[in-house]
Amino acid sequence: MAEIPWILGGKTPARVTEDICAPIERPPTALWYAAFAASASVLLAGAASMAYTLFTGIGTWGLNRSVGWAFDITNFVFWIGIGHAGTLISAILFLFRQKWRTSVNRSAEAMTLFAVMCAGIFPLLHMGRPWFAYWVLPYPNTRGSLWVSFASPLLWDVFAISTYFAISAAFWYLGLIPDLATMRDRAGAGMKRMLLGFFSLGWSGSARSWSHYEKAYLLLAGLATPLVVSVHTIVSFDFATSVIPGWHTTIFPPYFVAGAIFSGMAMVLTLMIVARKVMGLEDYITDRHIDVMCRIILTVSCMVGLAYLTEAFIAGYSGNPYERFVFVNRQLGPMAWAYWTMVSCNVLTPQLFWFKSLRGRIGLVFAASLVINVGMWFERFVIIVTSLHRDFLPSSWASYTPSVIEIATLAGSFGLFFTLFLLFCRFLPAIAMAEVKGILHPAARPGAVPVRPPAGGPPVNAVEGGVS
Amino acid sequence: MNRTLFAASFEREEDLLAAVAEARRLGCTVKDAYIPYPVHGLDEAMGIRPSRMGWACFFFGAPALAAAIFFQTWVAAIDWPINIGGKSFFFWQAFVPVSFEFTVLCAGLGTVATLLLTQGLLPLRRSAIPDMGATNNRFVLVLVRSGTPFDADEVMSAFLKCRAVETKEFPEGAS
Repeated sequence: MAEIPWILGGKTPARVTEDICAPIERPPTALWYAAFAASASVLLAGAASMAYTLFTGIGTWGLNRSVGWAFDITNFVFWIGIGHAGTLISAILFLFRQKWRTSVNRSAEAMTLFAVMCAGIFPLLHMGRPWFAYWVLPYPNTRGSLWVSFASPLLWDVFAISTYFAISAAFWYLGLIPDLATMRDRAGAGMKRMLLGFFSLGWSGSARSWSHYEKAYLLLAGLATPLVVSVHTIVSFDFATSVIPGWHTTIFPPYFVAGAIFSGMAMVLTLMIVARKVMGLEDYITDRHIDVMCRIILTVSCMVGLAYLTEAFIAGYSGNPYERFVFVNRQLGPMAWAYWTMVSCNVLTPQLFWFKSLRGRIGLVFAASLVINVGMWFERFVIIVTSLHRDFLPSSWASYTPSVIEIATLAGSFGLFFTLFLLFCRFLPAIAMAEVKGILHPAARPGAVPVRPPAGGPPVNAVEGGVS
Repeated sequence: MNRTLFAASFEREEDLLAAVAEARRLGCTVKDAYIPYPVHGLDEAMGIRPSRMGWACFFFGAPALAAAIFFQTWVAAIDWPINIGGKSFFFWQAFVPVSFEFTVLCAGLGTVATLLLTQGLLPLRRSAIPDMGATNNRFVLVLVRSGTPFDADEVMSAFLKCRAVETKEFPEGAS
């Protein structure tokens, strides 16, 4: 069966450079300015509400003694989850040698970085006094030294999230170096060339450097793969190691990791569908790319659906009255609307993707990706709030309504995310040029005869250096 | 030593591979090749040894793992032991997440740092590319002209046979 190439339009390497650099070398369009103004305004509103929270305290939020975690931790888990698809695409699909990843990995990795930044805001704000944030690190101090508790999942989170951010940033930057060099060599003299020269670190495309570079890239992918699994596992430990019914379950780590990849993939679709249209990159992010991403979403949606069912079944089967109560309350109690929003968005909507014709309707896919994002936010809201709002003692039962400040802070995190993403699309190549060029070659296409260098050269020492 | 270098540019990766094989057949010293993306089979054709970056990763990761385990043990069991219901002070299961994360952090950043330092990829470093097209669409092969037996005519005709689009000679250090 003849396979369609991943990159359409019979591109040559020179054409790839041209196509991907052109949108960044032109002045921004009115549409970009409009989008930037909108997201920056939302960011400003969010920043104002964050400043208000900082000066007044988290009493400005709708929390109470029963519901001590709500919007903030929901947003934190939501954003961390969004980031996971970036690492899935850049590292896990790299190890699986999936050629289609080259069209989306750069943007997906950028999305990971920005999502982790957004996530970081919420635990910091929840500390109440973020200027003491360094207290979460084990450093010698005048209180003993009084160390942090290594038995606490919240501390594990500190290590997991900061490692995740650092490794994702290194991975992303490493991938950018050859592309920055390409842009540098296209730029005329001036500030732009100087900056590109600075950040491209004198990359020359030497075959020797490429050899080490590829190895380092592979190693980072190999490290990032277990890392991404560990990060959301540890985030789920924040809940699973507690004694709260609804949280204290062993299914949480795989359930959270699947949910993270699910929501992140939906966000990648949302962004890519818009970006390819606006930047004219339909030959690179083709309908077939959208199709495979829809299939991943469908698969992970079924895993998440299975997790919902398992969780509910075990709650009933366990015979634990508290556990049973929490699940009945989730499905039929005062917050049942949130539970059923979650189920319909996350389990029912993606079932559309069983049909190839529906996966080909980009408008519908875009709408579904938005719905899934909403659903995955509600999943975390349901887990966190419905487990807390009914305490062990009915006298402590409470409800939870977010304050305007909390809503504005959530909106602000979206503002930050889209502002950063727009800046990224504006100034950096949104598609990994060097990687796309590598899959253009006819040998990369199935059915072609692989090119082999003629055998029988002189011995190895004829090549200068020869050693790393 | 200021050597003279000889560069030939190609527009297709298979031409570069053929030229590398030709150059080695003629006994020339291949200095390097400058390519826009990794060309598979080029390392073998040029005789570049497989990268030992994996060792760098190990040398950063292993001490980090040891340090993380040691530090957590020291904090929890020696420096400030806290009696929690008579449980062991050495609760090693809880050390796993932080030890893992710290190992990944050091191994990952250490690998990148090793790559950048050994390859001289540093800010303010100027790139030495004989043909600016090498970061776009050209595959450039650089041979050492002087100090080795080098029959210019023979090399040139071999390269033209491999569809070289441009050739040039230049002193080392001036790209």
